[in-house]
Amino acid sequence: MSIKHSLLALLQESPRYGYQLRGEFEERTGSTWPLNIGQVYTTLDRLERDELVAKDGDDGEGHVIYSITAAGRTEVMDWFAQPVAQANPPRNELAIKLALALTLEDVDVSAVVQAQRTASMRLLQDYTRQRRTAATTAGVQLSSEEAGDPNDAAWLLVLDSLIFSTEAEVRWLDHCEGWMAKRAASAGKSAATRRAERAIPADVSTPTLTSTTKAASK
Amino acid sequence: MSNEILQLESVSRTYGEGATSVAALRNVNLTIHAGEFVAVMGPSGSGKSSLLTLAGGLDKATSGEVYVEGTPLGGLSINELARLRRRAVGYVFQDFNLVPTLTASENVALPRELDGTPARKARRQAKDALRLVGIEDLADRFMDQMSGGQQQRVAIARAIVGQRRLILADEPTGALDSATGDGILEVLRNRAEAGAAVVMVTHEARHAGWADRVVFLKDGRIVDEAASQHDPSVLLSGLAH
Repeated sequence: MSIKHSLLALLQESPRYGYQLRGEFEERTGSTWPLNIGQVYTTLDRLERDELVAKDGDDGEGHVIYSITAAGRTEVMDWFAQPVAQANPPRNELAIKLALALTLEDVDVSAVVQAQRTASMRLLQDYTRQRRTAATTAGVQLSSEEAGDPNDAAWLLVLDSLIFSTEAEVRWLDHCEGWMAKRAASAGKSAATRRAERAIPADVSTPTLTSTTKAASK
Repeated sequence: MSNEILQLESVSRTYGEGATSVAALRNVNLTIHAGEFVAVMGPSGSGKSSLLTLAGGLDKATSGEVYVEGTPLGGLSINELARLRRRAVGYVFQDFNLVPTLTASENVALPRELDGTPARKARRQAKDALRLVGIEDLADRFMDQMSGGQQQRVAIARAIVGQRRLILADEPTGALDSATGDGILEVLRNRAEAGAAVVMVTHEARHAGWADRVVFLKDGRIVDEAASQHDPSVLLSGLAH
């Protein structure tokens, strides 16, 4: 998450002080990613050093107001224009866990998958419940494209993002399970084939095949 | 508890006999109460649809017993089963199963009229059901004059007409876009909150997210369940996850 660009985006709207920036950020993202006030001020210091924001006096109550510079506006517009880089996927503990489980004989991979699926499904239920409550509170019908306060709509979209991410995880788990079932069936078949081959001595199997071929050619 | 609407007691269903027989359900125990929305998930061939058809009295268990509002289905005649279905069970099929030569209102009123409700009362109940699914103004339309989402709402209205207490839905959002599908789920959710027991088969995790409880089937057995925690702090724990 880019705190730097998020703060610039809010400052582009109007000059603000640190606590205001934190409040606005959390309100617009439904407090999904709580910000530490220390993070906010550290980031503002760096933005000032890079001449993307400038101190703009105080509000009369001792709060230092920050405003965005022309360079800051360019920076934030570039941020919105650029897709979020996904070139280096974040470390995914679940993928790592499953990858390792597959290589170890003593781990019941199906049980790992099911335990995760149940947990993810529970999370999905809770996100869906929250989304429904949020939509009702905002007076927005789920099936409607109308939205009232943009902040409510933003919060609903954040919840949607969490819902779709969790759904993707469950679908991936389903995929893993299907793939493992196919692999197990294939391994079983290979083992059965190997057993059958061991049971038929070569000098017996060859004439049988030959006679079958002859019979088929008649 | 006394508000059990659907009970499956050691239910097994096997198709065919001998070496070629296939066990669709194996010793399944499941109880669903009034006001509960339950989703059934599992891979293809896991027994999801078999469970639903047995619950709806459209098929008979090989062993075990299915109870709907306390009535064991095993001992009922075909006519008694049909009567119970019309009175207590609403079934939403994936492909709607609506009669094309009837209007929306007539489709919804049909099971009530078949059950002996006077036509005028049945039409009034149909109108109420169509209002609940948000398409009261389309009551006089024929099926070829309605979109897929609208037809699915008619199918749901038919399933809930007369305040049936058990709603069984087989992939009810299968062919619908995301927003229309959410509208259908909202209707099912509302029925559960009004006191019906709703069982929905789905392969979409996002749709199962609307349920209070998710039952996972695999190879004809229930292998796990997920129940919503109702925990307001879940969002933060979810993010940590």
